[in-house]
Amino acid sequence: MFSFENIIMLWQDYWQIFIFEGLKYTLILSAIAVFFGVIFGSFIAFGRMSDIRPFKIINKYNENNNAILKAVANFNPVSFICEVYTEVIRGTPLLLQLYFFVFLIPKVLPFINQFNAVALALSFNSAAYVSELFRSGIQAVDKGQTEAARSLGMNKTQTMLRVILPQAIKNILPAVGNEFIAIIKETSMASTFFVGDLMTSYLVVRGATYLALESLIIIGVIYLVVTFTLSKLIGKYERKLNSK
Amino acid sequence: MIQTVDLYKSFGDLQVLKGINEHVAPQEVISIIGPSGGGKSTFLRCLNMLETPDSGKIFFEGVDITSEKVDIDLHRQKMGMVFQHFNVFPHLSVLENVTLAPTVVKKIAKNEATEQAMELLNRVGLAEKANESATSLSGGQKQRLAIVRALAMEPDVMLFDEPTSALDPEMVGEVLDVIKGLVKNGMTSVIVTHEMGFAKEVSDRVVFMDGGIVAEEGTPDEVFNHPQNPRTKDFLGKVLY
Ligand SMILES: Nc1ncnc2c1ncn2[C@@H]1O[C@H](COP(=O)(O)OP(=O)(O)OP(=O)(O)O)[C@@H](O)[C@H]1O
Ligand SMILES: [Mg+2]
Repeated sequence: MFSFENIIMLWQDYWQIFIFEGLKYTLILSAIAVFFGVIFGSFIAFGRMSDIRPFKIINKYNENNNAILKAVANFNPVSFICEVYTEVIRGTPLLLQLYFFVFLIPKVLPFINQFNAVALALSFNSAAYVSELFRSGIQAVDKGQTEAARSLGMNKTQTMLRVILPQAIKNILPAVGNEFIAIIKETSMASTFFVGDLMTSYLVVRGATYLALESLIIIGVIYLVVTFTLSKLIGKYERKLNSK
Repeated sequence: MIQTVDLYKSFGDLQVLKGINEHVAPQEVISIIGPSGGGKSTFLRCLNMLETPDSGKIFFEGVDITSEKVDIDLHRQKMGMVFQHFNVFPHLSVLENVTLAPTVVKKIAKNEATEQAMELLNRVGLAEKANESATSLSGGQKQRLAIVRALAMEPDVMLFDEPTSALDPEMVGEVLDVIKGLVKNGMTSVIVTHEMGFAKEVSDRVVFMDGGIVAEEGTPDEVFNHPQNPRTKDFLGKVLY
């Protein structure tokens, strides 16, 4: 039967598994996912906001404003690819993406183990979300800022680096922190492949003790402590940024 | 100094500029007045290519800046712009707002830029605020800062888009005084404004824009005291009383 004593006993006997085989890998996976998510994500964000129109020249010869020609002229392949990527990732379940990577990777890149395949899937997944955070953070900066900078003769890059990003970062950093918290919870899906994360440690302990409910409560509390602490820290940091 | 030839601009189906031919001579001060939506801001923003005209040409110091071959950033350095909503850089100090463009664009040494900025800030009474955050300033102070920020690039012409419209009434005077000072020193200026008294006082020429065209223009005396176009009369009747 379920009992409080069982929880304490489980914790005493298995805390090392929960912490060092569970939480540790949950945090590692999440950190990898956010780290590469931020790197890939910023490329995707800038790709989407880029102004690469290889067929722009058509506009010059399109005198009677043909709508199809206009669409071709304004077509931005980089932005299009980035948009498709973001929509596909955000429009399909993470679990599906995990299955996809775990099955695909050994076929094309046999030297990558399952843990890394999962880490890769999480990274590609978070890249899509992070790119949207970057994009909305940048777009939230008043358009007047760009106009003021450009009117002073600053070029696009100078404007982005010296005027827009320093302001956008205040919107972006807390949002990336929240994304980290979201990923911590999402890594639980990695347990499907038994790669070692907090949820996997639950499966291990349950298998050994048949105390399902008690194990669940323990990892639930661990998830909660970690996410709650992080969200408090982010909130504090956010207030500090805004008071400046 | 600036010449526009047959400037047309639409936003979607809305035609905002319908053939503007204007000329701004060196040291000339032009006020643009007219009803809301008449295309004043759009015209002003075309002058430094913040808006790209659909057709027509803009010559600035002899160069057609609508051409895709010109480096517009180079020409914008010579045209200062002041916005209705100031658009000061909130992440920078007052001083840094002024030194940013000279150091980044012109690659002027930091101490040299600082010296020049302090001199300019002093001129508009903001020297003591130099190290404060730009967000701590009042509206009038922000606009004076925005003017100085533009001046730091040593422009040949200044474009003002309703520089006092977003200000509390008690702050309008301090900003207008700064502009008057500039104009007196021979700064070529194009000023979109709803301050009729000010336009009358400082302008060499007043341009009345309505419905995307220049409906009337002339000396302040001609436009304000002897308007010919019924639309000008109508507009002045509304704003002056
Ligand atoms: N970026 C834009 N996209 C769509 N419509 C625009 C844009 N900018 C201006 N307009 C429209 O163009 C018309 C002219 O605008 P403009 O700002 O030039 O007028 P204005 O004479 O400056 O008026 P106001 O006195 O209100 O500032 C308005 O109807 C406005 O809504
Ligand atoms: Mg306007």
